[in-house]
Amino acid sequence: MIVAEPKPIAEVAELIKTGRHVLIVGCGECVTVCQAGGEKEVEVLASALRILWKKEGKDGTIDTQTIVRQCEPEYVAELAKKVKDADIVLSLGCGVGVQFIAEAYPDKWVVPGLNTKFGGGTVKAGVWEERCGFCGDCILHLTGGICPVIRCSKSILNGPCGGSQDGHCEVAKDIPCAWQLIYDRLKGLGRLELLDEIRPPKDWRTSRDGGPRKFVKEEAMIE
Amino acid sequence: MSEVKSRVPDGAEPEFVPKIVAFCCYYCAYSAADLAGSLRLQYPPTIRVIEVPCSGKVDPVILLKAFEEGADGVYVAGCLEGDCHFLKGNFRAKKRVAAVKKILDQIGLDGRRLEMFNLSAAMGTRFAEIAVEMTNRIMELGPSPIRPEAVAARRAAQGEVEPR
Repeated sequence: MIVAEPKPIAEVAELIKTGRHVLIVGCGECVTVCQAGGEKEVEVLASALRILWKKEGKDGTIDTQTIVRQCEPEYVAELAKKVKDADIVLSLGCGVGVQFIAEAYPDKWVVPGLNTKFGGGTVKAGVWEERCGFCGDCILHLTGGICPVIRCSKSILNGPCGGSQDGHCEVAKDIPCAWQLIYDRLKGLGRLELLDEIRPPKDWRTSRDGGPRKFVKEEAMIE
Repeated sequence: MSEVKSRVPDGAEPEFVPKIVAFCCYYCAYSAADLAGSLRLQYPPTIRVIEVPCSGKVDPVILLKAFEEGADGVYVAGCLEGDCHFLKGNFRAKKRVAAVKKILDQIGLDGRRLEMFNLSAAMGTRFAEIAVEMTNRIMELGPSPIRPEAVAARRAAQGEVEPR
């Protein structure tokens, strides 16, 4: 899932300061799971901003709506009625959600309430870690299911480097060395021969180096 | 029995009577409030008790809503640590209260307006003490800044001149 974290309330307050009728939009997918922009977080932020406005003597309304997915036009369309009454839409979706709302309502000022961080998962309640770098050319079958592209600080394909110390990355003590993890796992599985092969430089054109990406599935298209 | 006295002076019209919402766990604080009543303990009439099935039921949204509706102070009263009827509810409440305190600080409402207390059903006296403690704290902090009329009234009562 996409992991995001809330922007500080002061920053959000600044983003909506010109508005008098603000609509805060939550998303029922990834940001609900990472507890950054789901229904609950939307209500908490709305309440906090209402208190702030009252305190500043500002007149206005802060409305809320949480939709199933902000990254799909048919759900974004459900916002139409409330968006009409708002002068600023504050999206608590990831960067994708903010853009889909902005595209659907060209005459509205849409601002982000979250900082979108990475593709990751829940390692334990309240903790999310990065796992995928969206490189567009998966090599997890070569590395025992541990991604060196995103979990190695240098993204090296033939690791470990000299900065691997006692299983930790030199960047920070709390980062495990991905190549140590890969070695341990392949050893456990009896597949160490995979490390004998030298991996050539990766073709980054499938990643961001090739510009914005698109995925088309002809048979899924209706028109 | 310990003496419980609030700063609201006897007889005299107080300059400001705080509105404090107390979310009380059914298994401890709510029963303690009952006991305080049976013991005929006096505590300030500033507390609005809301019964919850467990302090762990209290959500950050509810705490903020109380402030949004004009509460000057809010507290959550749960069981003693380790004694939660649902095992971990009071620990969850503690974390949530801490998180909402941070939000209150961020929006300039002062995190001290919110507190978490732990007591047992047998602690009627403590219940009254908490009511006094919280009332005194809110008296010191003054009315919630989202109630400008109360802030102005207090300033006037204290003989302060309205800033122009």
